[in-house]
Parts: sequence; C-alpha cells; structure tokens
Amino acid sequence: MNPLDLIVEPLSYGFMIRALVTTVVAAVVCALLSCWLVLIGWSLMGDAVSHAVLPGVVLAYVLGLPFAIGAIVFGFLAVGLIGAIRDTSRVKEDAAIGIVFTTLFALGLVLISVTPSQTDLNHIVFGNVLGVSVTDLAQVVVLGAVVAAVLLAKRRDLVLYAFDPGHAHAIGLSPRRSGALLLGLLALTAVVALQVVGVILVVAMLILPGATAQLLTDRFSRMLLLAPVLSAVCATIGLYLSYWLDAAPGGLVVVTQGAAFALVHLFGPRGLIARFRRASTKPVVDAVVHGERL
Amino acid sequence: MKPAAVEVEGLTVRYGPLVALDGVSLRLAPGTVCGLIGMNGSGKSTLFKSVMGLLRADAGRVRIAGHDPAAARRRGIVGYVPQAEAVDWSFPVSVRDVVTMGRYGRLGALRRTRAADRVAVADALARVELTDLADRQIGQLSGGQRKRAFVARGIAQGAEVLLLDEPFAGVDKRSEATMSALLTDLAADGCAVLIATHDLQALPALAEEAVLLLRRVLLHGPVEEVLRPENLARAFGVDPLEQGRTA
Repeated sequence: MNPLDLIVEPLSYGFMIRALVTTVVAAVVCALLSCWLVLIGWSLMGDAVSHAVLPGVVLAYVLGLPFAIGAIVFGFLAVGLIGAIRDTSRVKEDAAIGIVFTTLFALGLVLISVTPSQTDLNHIVFGNVLGVSVTDLAQVVVLGAVVAAVLLAKRRDLVLYAFDPGHAHAIGLSPRRSGALLLGLLALTAVVALQVVGVILVVAMLILPGATAQLLTDRFSRMLLLAPVLSAVCATIGLYLSYWLDAAPGGLVVVTQGAAFALVHLFGPRGLIARFRRASTKPVVDAVVHGERL
Repeated sequence: MKPAAVEVEGLTVRYGPLVALDGVSLRLAPGTVCGLIGMNGSGKSTLFKSVMGLLRADAGRVRIAGHDPAAARRRGIVGYVPQAEAVDWSFPVSVRDVVTMGRYGRLGALRRTRAADRVAVADALARVELTDLADRQIGQLSGGQRKRAFVARGIAQGAEVLLLDEPFAGVDKRSEATMSALLTDLAADGCAVLIATHDLQALPALAEEAVLLLRRVLLHGPVEEVLRPENLARAFGVDPLEQGRTA
C-alpha cells in the first residue's frame, strides 16, 4: 500500500474529517489553557471542574439548553462548594476537592441513567469523537474560538495572576476577577474537550500539553506556541492510530500526549538524560554554574 | 505639609481569636528608610498586607500618601518586593517581563505596552544594574539580583512607598551593599522604604529609623536606639544579634 494512503484513506470518510477537526480544535484550546493551569498549580482543580460539569451538561440536555451554560453553572458551583467545605470545616482542600467533584460526577451518572434520550449520554463520559455531528462540530469550533480569543487577549493579566497575584492587587487590578475568568474558561473548555475524550479524560488534555511545553522552554510566549502545536500533532497521531488499530480514539489521543511528555522528559534538551550527561561529564563546569546561581 | 507616605492609626487585625496587630500606629515620612523589626508572628506581614490593602482591619485606618488603600492601589503608589520563598522562581518569565508588570496598572485592558512604558522599564532596569540580564529567566539570577529585579518593578510602577520583605535573606555581602545603596538612592528621590528584616547587622548602614513590632509598636525611633540590646530584648526575649549569627 502507498504510505500516503495511510494518511489519505481515513479522510475519505466524512465522520473522520469531522473527528479530526474536532480533535485538533479541542487539543489546541486545551493546550492554551493548560499553560496557565500547570503554572498556577491548578491541575487538581482542572480535574475537579471537568468532572463536576457532568450533571450540568446532562441537565442542559434535558432542558434543551446549550451544554456550555450547564457546564459553567456547575463548574462555579463546584468551586464554590470546595471553598465552602474548606472554610467551614476542618477538612483540607484536597479532600474537599475530592468530595465535591466525585459527588457531582456521580450525580451526573445518576441523571444519565434516568434520562431517556435519543443519543447515548454515556458518550459524554467517554467521548464519542467518531460520532460527532455537524452541529456538535459547530459548537466545538465556536466555543473553542471564544475561549482561545479570550485567553490570548487577557494573557498578560492571567500570567500576572499566575505569577504574583499580590502584586496584581497592589496595583489596583483584581486577581479575583482573573481567577474567576480562568475558571469560567476552564468550564467551557471542558465542554469542548468532552466531545473528544469524554469527561473522564478531559483533565489529561488540560495538563499534558502545558507540562510538556514547560519542560522545553522558559519563555511563556513560547509555551503558548509549543503547547498547542504539540497537542495538535499528538491528537492527530492518536486519531490516526485509532483508525488503523481500531481502538478507542479518545484514549489514544491521551496516550500519545502522555508518550510525548515522557519522550521530552527523557530526551529533551533539559531532560533526564541530558542532565545526567552534564552531571557525569562536566562536574566542574556544572559546579561553577551552580555556584553562580547561589 | 506633604502628607505622610504611610500613616497607620490604631490598626487592629484579628485572625479569629488570634490578635495579629493590636492598635498599631505608625507614621512614615516620604524619603525615609525604615526597618521593621520583629520575630516571626510579630505581625510584620500582617502590617504589610494591611498597607497593601490585602486585609480588612478590625479597627483603625491606613492612609497612603493621603489616600485610602483602595485609591492608593489604583494609583500604583505601593510597590512590593516579596520574600524569596513566596515566588515561583521556575516561572517562565524574563527579568524584563517582571519589571514590565509594574506598568500594568497604567495600561489598557490588553496590557499592551507603549513606547513610554518600554522606556520606563529600560530606565528601571538600568537603575538596578540589570540591563545586561534583562532577557534572562527570572530564576537564573542570583539572590541579590532577584531582589533588585522586584525593586525595578516598583520603580517602573512609579511607587512612592516600597515594602520589602526580608530583602537580605540569601543575599551575599556585595549584593547587600548594592541593594542598600539602591534603596538609599530611592529614598533620596522621595520614596518611603519600609524593610521587614531579621538581618539587624545590615540595618544601621541603610535605615535612619526603625520600628520594633510585637503585635504592637514597642518602639519607633532612630535605628541606633531601636537596636540597643535592652530594646531588642523586649521584642525577641533574647539577644537577636547572637541569634542572627547562628540562624
């Protein structure tokens, strides 16, 4: 078989083209957001919000509203509940996060089980990128464009919020507002990404690209370029693998992104192997560099 | 008469049952360098947070250059140099990025810099002698250089009050001298500088006055007087010069 066919053949199916566009859009938007999440230390929060939106999405389906509205309401509800439990009991924040998001996620599962529907709502949990309709695709593209535009327009404020919220406050800006903006965008992004990988794996797409890019550069502007490019490439490879191996697309997208992280962490310019080489071959130089830093 | 750079009157702050500050009053004139001395838990950071408007006081009031804290924040009057532990040094920002953040309060919603902002940032970098290192990632600087980068942020901001939290921790003697000269220079331009520190040896060369804090102001006077052992003993219970050498 012509190797080009490996790439072209899947695209002869309409569902594969829709799947590819959806996957790449979700991968890019998640990757942009992930740059901030990994720097602030909000990975667990990303996990929580992306799971907690499930009942909101199901209720939005029942009421005939856009998924995004349900997701935002439950995203903020989850964060509010986490804060309330942490502040009004002796339970620590990580436990509060665990309590809230698992309970809301379970509520979502219950709602799915009692909701009669034409489409299989379990697709929200596991993703169903091969079954994306033109309407789903349009929703993903519009939401993705909105999230990406807001993130890029407010990127300097969000970087300041991530780096030094105290300074933001001291010069009359509102770190609280930046945090709320980021949470809202997180809930919207969860809706975009759940089409591809489902609620369970959204958090992977929200952490891996930013974490990988963070290992490759110490410039935030380059992270904002590297993360989406890496994420889109991995997502495309994952989707093709799923076609040829006849295996779960959402799972393979995340596995590919995880493999990219592992490769960069091992073989990248600041990876474990490069560091080990430097440590074993140039101990004197390393000591000098280190001394200068102290 | 020009209003005091910082004026605190009867400030009381409680965290639940814990009293962090108990009726603190303090006046700091423009152009003075003042040391803020006290052990951990004496209320130094609470006082800083109150001046920055990060905390709601249970009683008393704070005025910054004649403004209430909210108005002072909008005008960017208060600059803050955080202690080293409070900063993520691996964060992917350059020295220039950090200094540019001092300008954000003056910029539009997208925080795009104009030529005047870039000049102000370049001037601030030159003043703290970090021009050559401006494009380094912030964590690649030495301890003293890191502190100076944050002072430069305050300069670019046009701060009239500069708060420094432990600026001499993890800083070698030469950087300490550079920092002292820089702060003295800023004070000569009319900036009020308040330094919370454990490093009492560095203070006399730098500050004219000092405040001894133990939830209340125990003493506010010339630095030589405040540093007398019998006065320090009231705030620390032991001779802190001795303690400072072993810590």
